Order: sequence, then structure tokens, then C-alpha cells
Amino acid sequence: MQKPKLIVDGKRLDGRGFEELRPIKIEAGVLKRADGSCYLEMGKNKIIAAVYGPREVHPRHLQDPSKAVIRYRYNMAPFSVEERKKPGPDRRSVEISKVSREALEPVIMKELFPRSGIDVFVEVLQADAGTRTACLNAASVALIDAGVAMRGMVTSVAVAKVEGNIVLDPMKEEDNYGDADVPIAFLIRNDRIESIALLQMDGRLTLEEMKKAMELAKKGAMQIYRLQREAIMKKYMKEETEEPEEENEQ
Amino acid sequence: MAEDILMDIKRDYVLSRIRSGERIDGRRFDEFRQISVQTGVIEKAEGSALVKLGNTQVIVGIKMQVGEPFPDTPEKGIIITNSELVPLASPTFEPGPPDENSVELARVVDRGIRESEAVNLEELCIEEGEKVWVIFIDIHALDDDGNLMDASAIAAISALMNTTVPAEKFEVGEDFRLPVRDIPISVTSLIVDDYSLVDPCRDEMSVGNNLITITSDKNGNIVAMQKSGSYLLSEEKFYEVLELSVAKAEEVRKQVVSQINQGDKDGENEES
Repeated sequence: MQKPKLIVDGKRLDGRGFEELRPIKIEAGVLKRADGSCYLEMGKNKIIAAVYGPREVHPRHLQDPSKAVIRYRYNMAPFSVEERKKPGPDRRSVEISKVSREALEPVIMKELFPRSGIDVFVEVLQADAGTRTACLNAASVALIDAGVAMRGMVTSVAVAKVEGNIVLDPMKEEDNYGDADVPIAFLIRNDRIESIALLQMDGRLTLEEMKKAMELAKKGAMQIYRLQREAIMKKYMKEETEEPEEENEQ
Repeated sequence: MAEDILMDIKRDYVLSRIRSGERIDGRRFDEFRQISVQTGVIEKAEGSALVKLGNTQVIVGIKMQVGEPFPDTPEKGIIITNSELVPLASPTFEPGPPDENSVELARVVDRGIRESEAVNLEELCIEEGEKVWVIFIDIHALDDDGNLMDASAIAAISALMNTTVPAEKFEVGEDFRLPVRDIPISVTSLIVDDYSLVDPCRDEMSVGNNLITITSDKNGNIVAMQKSGSYLLSEEKFYEVLELSVAKAEEVRKQVVSQINQGDKDGENEES
């Protein structure tokens, strides 16, 4: 297959500059049964995350008497990609689930919920590169929506190298034909990036390019962080205005 | 229960040594264990290598078959990497389908080989769009005394360098040496407080699984990274480990090459 030209006149295929994110939409509390939930769009990615818990862990031998057990399931819907994906976990989603769980575990205050389990389920309804980062962003909002105590927000974004340029938040074509892909997640607290929660990379980068990628990821993450906060604020405002009505009904 | 207490004691011991600037086996913080590479250990495989990293032992076998190319790369051979953490290698490994650790191990090793373009896959095309060579890299852990990741990565590239493409067996021409043009080396570090320990052994991992693996190619480019374990990594520490890993990889690469050359020489001497 011929590799398409990905950058024309300093612009990317969808008209973005190198340091620009795709449009993002975040809404908290979209599911009724889950304890916390979030719907998120990041470009053409459509993600829905649900949190159940803290709740009892089954089977019981998995319980930890000192802290909560965190489970994270990244799953792609069969219709989320061009070629139908066979349902169920493949090796890729097993790995993504592992590193995503490991990004959230040190941020969730697990010791507050001994013997209990917190389940994070994330479904990719439509995929267009950067799904693991979009999923973590949604999961983080869903956890806060569920009232799970956290040390801060987990915010994630990918950076890629495309035709020699380091670009923020690659879309499908850039991911397929690019020279490197670096998904990163940060712990952000009080408007400040504190540390790295997830870090993966494949492709080829020099040390300098890697440092540049990290700086760009930090910039992008701060923007996403603000949108995540906004989504949560919106949800609480809505609850506040809705509550009096409920009282009237009684 | 007794094991838990023993584990706690071990962890406290390891931590106290690290905090006084030492490792329990006397290594420097940036020092690998002894590396030993033996290639061609399995005659039935197209290529193989047994790697020892201290007491950690891994064997990698390469099998090759003729298969159909992926539709998006009709002129390229295919690499498939698998790992089996067999129960023989550790009391904590259980029989059954690969768990997430095994999947992660195979995928990170695969990424290093794939992204460094170590194998020239264009030369593994037999008939464009119809027939290409499929390389199966199978990682078989024998003894997990820590850092299976780096041991497996060394074993995988060593086995590939030892591989003869079995063209005669499949009646598609003459046998030839697998075209390997890079030697990606992964360097795994254990992060403890503000310290990082290269090539952690099992006992050191009693303090936790806070690992980061950085793979670089022969030109010092970074080709794969994986933060593994439930912990938060500071940016300063990341940059420090990044630079150290690329420098260390160069040292390890020299050792691996010299071990393989030595092995080849010994083999020739035996034959003559």
C-alpha cells in the first residue's frame, strides 16, 4: 500500500498544526447502573467507561485485607474498526489493560477500601488511534464520578513522529504510517503535572526527540485535564439543579 | 504465612542496603549480572539461543514456515513472538494459557526486534502477495531469577542471528542465513524510591515490580519503551534512566556479539 503524504504545507491531514489536539468531548455520569461513568470523544474515537465499586470481590480469595483490588478491562467493540474485530480479549488488549490498570493503581487510594474491589470497564465503540489514552481519560473521569478517592487526575495523550516532526495526538493515518508512537499518562494534581503513570513507545526516536515528545505530551495533557475537570463540574452542577425538583415531587 | 514474613524481612533487608548505596549481591546500581550466550543449542530449530543473565535462564527457539503475507505488507515476511512462562521456571508460574505478564514479555521483546527493523523482512518475500517467510520467535523461560525481559530480548536476537532459513525443506530455493542487520538491546531498571537498579534479580524485586524497559538500536535510537508495574515515575528519573539505558545497551551489545563470535569460533575448532 502506498504511504500517503501526511504533512502538507506544515499542516496535518485533518488541518491540525503539530501541537494541536483533536476535538474532545467529555460527559460524566452517562450510565444509570454504573457507580460512575463517562462518555468521551477524541477525534473519531468514541469511548464509554464505567466504574463499579468499591464492592465485594468475587471470587473471595482475590480479596486483599489491606486494600482494594483494582481491575481494568479495555475492550474493543467488533464494529469499532475497519475490519471487524473478533470479540473478546486479544494479546493487545491484555497488555493495554495491564499497563492502564498499573497507571491507575498508584493514584486510587486503595488503602481506604480494604477487602473491596473497584472495577473499571472501558469499551471502545469507535477506534481511531490513541484509544488507550482516550480510555484512560474516560476511566479517570468515571472513577471520580463514582466518588472513588484519588490522589489526582490521570490524564493521557499520545505523541508521534510523523515525517520527521513530533506531533501531538496522532490520528489513524499518522499512527499507521508514522515513525514512532509514544502513549503517556500523567498524574495531575492542583493544575500541576506530578509524575508519569503510563509510558510506552514503539518506533524510532533519538534521545532529543524523546525529550521533545515528553514536553509536547505535557502541554497536551494540561489541556485535556481542564476538559476532564469541566466535565465533572458540569455533572455536579446538573445534580444540584435537579435535586430541588426531586424534593418537590415527594 | 511464614513465607509472607520471610518476604517482609527480605524486602526490609534489600531496601536498607539500597538506601545505604549498595545492592545485595554487591553490584553497582548500573551493573548487569554476568551474561552468557550460547547459540545453536537446539538442532531441530532453525535458530536458537540459551541466555543466562546471572541465574536467570531463557531459551529462545526460532521456527520458520512459508505463509501468506499480511494484506498491507504483501512484500514482507512476518514475525510472530510468543512466550511461555512454564511452571518449571518459578514457583509463582502456573500452567495454562499465557497470563498478562507473559503477553507483555512477548510483546515488548517483539517491539524491540520489529521497530529496530533488525530482520530485513523484504528479503523474506518469496512471491509478492502470495508467499512469504513467517518467523516464529518462541521464548521459553527456564529459571526466573529476575529480569526475564532483558534475558529474553538477548536470547531472541541471538537466536535470530543464528537462524538459517530452511528454503530447501520447503522447496523454495537454497537455504540462506536470516538477514539480521541490527541488534536491539533492552535495558530494564527497577525503580526504588529515588534509585534505579539495572537488571534487577529476583530478591531485589521483593521491594516491588516497579520496572521500566528501554530498548535501543545500534545507533543509540530508542526503539521501544515500557513502564511496567503500579507506580508513579518522576520525569527527572525517567530522563536519567533513559540516558543510562541507551549507554548500557551499547555495553551489553558488545558483550553479546563477542559471546556469539566466541561460540562460532569454538564451533569451528571442534569441527576441524
